[in-house]
Amino acid sequence: MTAHTNIPAAAKPLDLSRRGFLAVAGGAGLGLMVGLKVDPAAAQGAAGGVVQFNPFVKVAPDGAITVVVKHLDMGQGPTTGLATLIAEEMDADWSQMRTEFAPADNNLYANLAFKAQGTGGSTAMANSWEQYRTAGATARAVLVKAAADKWQVAQGEISVDKGVLTHPSGKRGTYGAFAEAASKIPAPTGMAQETPYKDASKFKLIGKEGLHRIDNDPKTDGTAIYTQDVKLPGMLVAAVAHPPRFGGKVKSFDDAEAKKVKGVERVVQIPSGVVVLAKSTWAAFKGRDALKVEWDFSAAENRGSDELLAMAKDAVSKPGVATATNTGDAEGALKGAAKVIEADYAFPYLAHAPMEPLNCVVDLKKDRAHLIYAAQFQAIDQPTVAALTGLKPEQVTIETVWAGGSFGRRAVPTADYVTEAVMIAKAIDGAVPIKLVWTREDDTKAGYYRPFYAHKVRAAIGADGMPVAWHHRVAGQSIFSGTALEAMAVKDGVDETSVEGASNLAYAVPNLKVELTTLKVGVPVLWWRSVGHTHTAHVVETMIDELAFAAGKDPVEYRLALLKDKPRHTAALKLAAEKAGWGAKLEKGKGRGVSVHESFNTMVAQVVDVSIQKDGSIKVDRVVAAVDCGVVINPDVVRAQIEGGVGFGLGAALRNAITLKDGEVEQANFDTYEPLRIEDMPKVEVYMVKSEQKPSGVGEPGVPPLAPALANAIFSATGERVRDLPLGDRKFKSA
Amino acid sequence: MIKLNINGEARSVDVDADTPLLWVIRDDIGLTGTKFGCGQALCGACTVHMDGQAVRSCQTMAGDVGDAKIVTIEGLVGADASKEGKAVQAAWRALDVVQCGYCQSGQMMSAAALLSENKKPTDDDIDAAMSGNVCRCATYHRVRAAIHDAAKRLEA
Ligand code: FES
Ligand code: FES
Repeated sequence: MTAHTNIPAAAKPLDLSRRGFLAVAGGAGLGLMVGLKVDPAAAQGAAGGVVQFNPFVKVAPDGAITVVVKHLDMGQGPTTGLATLIAEEMDADWSQMRTEFAPADNNLYANLAFKAQGTGGSTAMANSWEQYRTAGATARAVLVKAAADKWQVAQGEISVDKGVLTHPSGKRGTYGAFAEAASKIPAPTGMAQETPYKDASKFKLIGKEGLHRIDNDPKTDGTAIYTQDVKLPGMLVAAVAHPPRFGGKVKSFDDAEAKKVKGVERVVQIPSGVVVLAKSTWAAFKGRDALKVEWDFSAAENRGSDELLAMAKDAVSKPGVATATNTGDAEGALKGAAKVIEADYAFPYLAHAPMEPLNCVVDLKKDRAHLIYAAQFQAIDQPTVAALTGLKPEQVTIETVWAGGSFGRRAVPTADYVTEAVMIAKAIDGAVPIKLVWTREDDTKAGYYRPFYAHKVRAAIGADGMPVAWHHRVAGQSIFSGTALEAMAVKDGVDETSVEGASNLAYAVPNLKVELTTLKVGVPVLWWRSVGHTHTAHVVETMIDELAFAAGKDPVEYRLALLKDKPRHTAALKLAAEKAGWGAKLEKGKGRGVSVHESFNTMVAQVVDVSIQKDGSIKVDRVVAAVDCGVVINPDVVRAQIEGGVGFGLGAALRNAITLKDGEVEQANFDTYEPLRIEDMPKVEVYMVKSEQKPSGVGEPGVPPLAPALANAIFSATGERVRDLPLGDRKFKSA
Repeated sequence: MIKLNINGEARSVDVDADTPLLWVIRDDIGLTGTKFGCGQALCGACTVHMDGQAVRSCQTMAGDVGDAKIVTIEGLVGADASKEGKAVQAAWRALDVVQCGYCQSGQMMSAAALLSENKKPTDDDIDAAMSGNVCRCATYHRVRAAIHDAAKRLEA
């Protein structure tokens, strides 16, 4: 973004900027420009004369409004959501909205929750809520002013509906007609005060049913472009033979057979393996398979899953190395308690397995690098590429395209796959653009898993059945330790993401201690849709169920009694229980379980119905979810995300695990790491708690409650507890 | 040279007979709506129609296609769209099935093939026909509903 602004550099257009804008613009000032003219050649879909009013809004002469989307859309729908915010404040018609992904620019497009450009933590809408509405409201204001000037009327007399400006005198016009004139209007001081956000009672789009996803068309006619679909002139496709153990290195390789494959152009070595570059994807795969590589495993992780799990189990049998929470005296209270329940839990490594295996396009030149991929963490990737290539960060441009899923995998503190792609481009001196393509097998075996964990909980109830003590130990790898983000997330030896959801136990338990032992294993780990909550929610929500049962109380009533000062949890739990018909008697062989969990400032309660099959396996019949995510921007996107979260959580709970044998990953493709399939998918009903709170995320919070509600449902049908995941081949008998 | 009929057009491509049709369609013909998800007939992202039948193009070799008519997502919903293709696309849009969208070409191809054989599929029919189409975003709930919706549209 190089065009100049007509706001003098020295001027501080604070009134225009307000809140979000200020934070984003930082020192650069570029974020505050009004009436920035965009190079028509760079503007898509318009013949020219497209005016960019701020970093987020462009208006074309034909009236099309393009929203610049600063977040990666991995399917969670921020593109639709952000366009909704702009359309709402501009009183635009949904059909005139267009979107494009923002370039890498940490000043203009930072995620305000991270103060860095990136997508994750279910923050897309939460952090943009004020920023994008401000962008829409201020663009609307100058456009209305331009119309008022032209018509010689007062601004306040102009109303806008469905993108059409009207004046009581009968004058009418579109935004497109005034864009040019509006581009010359400097931001008037005090404008933000004159144009506050719309009052919620005036919303025409936010929170309304019937607004369809803005990406429906390209994603249902084959035209949506993903990284895998990018083709540049002269581009070669790169497939990499990676060491089969983490930390392995290339000792030597023989590429004679690989080079005989038709279409293979070059074979090069990079730090992460041996690369075959070919004219087509298939030739690259074939060439890669024909390589003979000898590996050096001297520095590799050579242990297997059994050994690693034993280490974690041992760790939770001893006091933790660090203490995450310590209120009251849990150990003391346990000693004198009437009834103590102790339970152990185990969780495996999990792969993200996005539908589109990872990939990245790099066009490296002497003075610049251009990358095209589904960038999720530009604030890490851009400087990483700069460091690898010796370029300045601003010489590294990133073009973001649709992502075929991510679930966290495309945002990596080490920028692993982006680094690999850049190393390939470097190895051939940028002779041609390259597209790194991983196969499903590469993707499954590449690491950056949800860490495996062991938990141990000892909890006690008093004579009244209510919990008096909760002593919780967690052992597993840290996601943040050893990364550039360590200082931010690891405090006093506690990686927040190892214990979140347990260390801040929602239930009123007077004596609570949560300990953590962080294990060092040479397998890279990463956040996975809902991060620490993926395992802590299972432990907390199944243990609270055990306590309710031990107390002879109804699981919903028991929870509600312990959530007296948690109105949002309470509301979600009550809504889910009511809609599910909680309390009804079930036939033999059926079970019903409940859970409620907060993650990313969103509360989700779920009631899961299961039936035990003749062969002892489990079928999930129905999931009823209630969600409090603050103001609902698009109810159908909320529903879709909770449905997707349920499915994602269920697949993992039923059968997903990454295991190692002698350091080698035992899973490869969807036969050995089998995702949820349609026949496994229950009916899902989603209900929303009415709220006036600022919106919070919905991409992740649907996941954590599923597994424990499922486990509790299985218990209700069979009397058997599910403490370890996944269920795998475990068979159950109706009680 | 291998001759293929793709979306009603005669094409000839210079590839080995053992090249998967998926890569011919994507890399040689340049139609990128058909996706690569697993390469092993395990996910359905690459589903195309071969004489009206849903097949996994990643495990269909170019040399084995012969005279069969291949239809990809671009053909299913393009200018010469079949009535099933149109109904499926309309249903998919009406019900906002897509999330990341990467699996959806394959889902729609399988759904259209099912509807051309079974005008009124039950949930069980749908599960059986769609079991090979993985969606990591777990849009299954809506896929099911959209197939019922498309069936209704075809009836009308
Ligand atoms: S890519 Fe062909 S079935 Fe997965
Ligand atoms: S929509 Fe993302 S994999 Fe199906």
